[in-house]
Amino acid sequence: MTAHPAVPGSVVPVATPGASISVRNLTVTYPNGFTAVRDASFELDPGTICALVGVNGSGKSTIFKAIMGFVRPSAGEVRLCGLPVEEAIRKNMVAYVPQSEDVDWNFPVLVETVVMMGRYGHMNFLRIPSRADRYKVDEALERVGMSAYRHRQIGELSGGQRKRVFLARSLAQEGRIILLDEPFTGVDVKTETSIIALLRELRASGHLMLVSTHNLGSVPEFCDRVVLINRTVLAAGPTAEVFTQRNLELAFGGVLRNFQLGGAALHEDQDARRLTVLTDDERPLVLYGDKHSHRQNKDE
Amino acid sequence: MGESALLAELLVPFGYGYMLKAMWVSALVGGVCAFLSAYLMLKGWSLMGDALAHSIVPGVAAAYILGAPFAVGAFFAGLLAAAGMQFVKLKSRLREDAVIGLVFTTLFALGLLMASIWPTSVSIQTIVLGNILAISDEDVVQVAIISVVSLVVLAFLWKDLMVTFFDESHARSIGLNTRMLRIVFFTLLSACTVAALQTVGACLVIAMVVTPGATAYLLTDRFGRLVLISIALGAGTSLVGAYLSYFLDGATGGVIVVLQTLLFLAAFYFAPKHGVLAAHRRRLAIAKAAP
Repeated sequence: MTAHPAVPGSVVPVATPGASISVRNLTVTYPNGFTAVRDASFELDPGTICALVGVNGSGKSTIFKAIMGFVRPSAGEVRLCGLPVEEAIRKNMVAYVPQSEDVDWNFPVLVETVVMMGRYGHMNFLRIPSRADRYKVDEALERVGMSAYRHRQIGELSGGQRKRVFLARSLAQEGRIILLDEPFTGVDVKTETSIIALLRELRASGHLMLVSTHNLGSVPEFCDRVVLINRTVLAAGPTAEVFTQRNLELAFGGVLRNFQLGGAALHEDQDARRLTVLTDDERPLVLYGDKHSHRQNKDE
Repeated sequence: MGESALLAELLVPFGYGYMLKAMWVSALVGGVCAFLSAYLMLKGWSLMGDALAHSIVPGVAAAYILGAPFAVGAFFAGLLAAAGMQFVKLKSRLREDAVIGLVFTTLFALGLLMASIWPTSVSIQTIVLGNILAISDEDVVQVAIISVVSLVVLAFLWKDLMVTFFDESHARSIGLNTRMLRIVFFTLLSACTVAALQTVGACLVIAMVVTPGATAYLLTDRFGRLVLISIALGAGTSLVGAYLSYFLDGATGGVIVVLQTLLFLAAFYFAPKHGVLAAHRRRLAIAKAAP
């Protein structure tokens, strides 16, 4: 993390235990009897960016809700940084970046007010910001490059800028665990690249990020680990092992578009690998032979 | 002579105890309702205030018939309304708006019927249209307690309520008990609706919990300022409305709501950023910039 000048009254970050998520045999049944997730287990360590991938209705949002303590497990447990969920929430360990569709963009709040909301958990019950709180907000806005827009009403921003405001809020909140709900929908490639760069910085400083996405193409680009779900965990582990064509077909069933272009038909050399394009109409995943195309590029 | 006579004439209402009482009680209730309106209109719950105000009429009528405090009657009628809506919603496949419409009109009709069969000191007209000029001292005490308690609670919780209504997931992630906050909000709304019943009557309560917030929404993009503007509008129009009703010899509720609507229309056209004229100017500027 970057060193910052001492501010009177500034809160020196206390040495927190490494951010971790532990989901063990989690089953969530809603009051109407619907079991959204059954017997799901996965473990995540500090300094990780993990993708949570699955079709709509596969239980992605239920897992998010369980991690934030909105729904009680019917069986199994979730622990954050080794603590029960309620305690971790009370210590402001979890920040949440909502999906764009879930935000009321006409709400009369300025950019800086939204970011300041990240500090509320650190204030007393009157929520009057201290100098340290203001400093943290300035810093967070600076870090996502939104300082110039701090006095804008949130609805006046572009899709990418809106995303960055909520990222700034999670930075101001100083949660060690950051949950991002579909961060790349409605965002241009430039913003996507800058968001990914920021997530990598946070990973380097020991944060743990869980990203729900169906933007398959960018998963191998920035996620170390993948949890594939469909009402339970189908596979979880390092991206290279889990994010394979077979697992994805398992997770998505017939929902994905799958183009296969034959090796010999494609070119005239001896390379017999097939080119596979997997997409659910966002950025496609391209597999050359069995490897991810972009990894292939990096190795060469 | 002319000028001082006019001045004397204008000061007449302040010479009457009942007018002074009407003015400060109206301003107090108008201010609290306006505070709540800042939240209500943002969530698309505006008409809930209307439903609430109509549903509690039988409770108020029953309270007067039995000689109980009106707030107690209103409370039980409010519970009955909530339970009724929940019951119809669970047992039928009707949509929410239809359920609300059914339940609140039923209760309102029941209230009118009760008040007409068992005439009391309080007429139907008073309940429906309000009559702040003739409010009894016991009722003033109830209204004042409700308003002051609500104002204090809102002064402490306004930011927590803002976060809850803006982004409930975030509110929970910073440890707020959002379910409790919602319950507190709706309890305050019900209580203030009951109080406003006394000043403007069941039919116009909806204006008190919508118009000031809606007007302020056109004037600012900062929620804190929105609340302040809204309270100023609500309290100011209620005070002036009660005062003017002395001269107009008209229903106080009607005067208050007409004033609020006039200010809304002014904001609607002349608001510096969100007004119709401002939008027109922006369009012109764009048209001029383009060759």
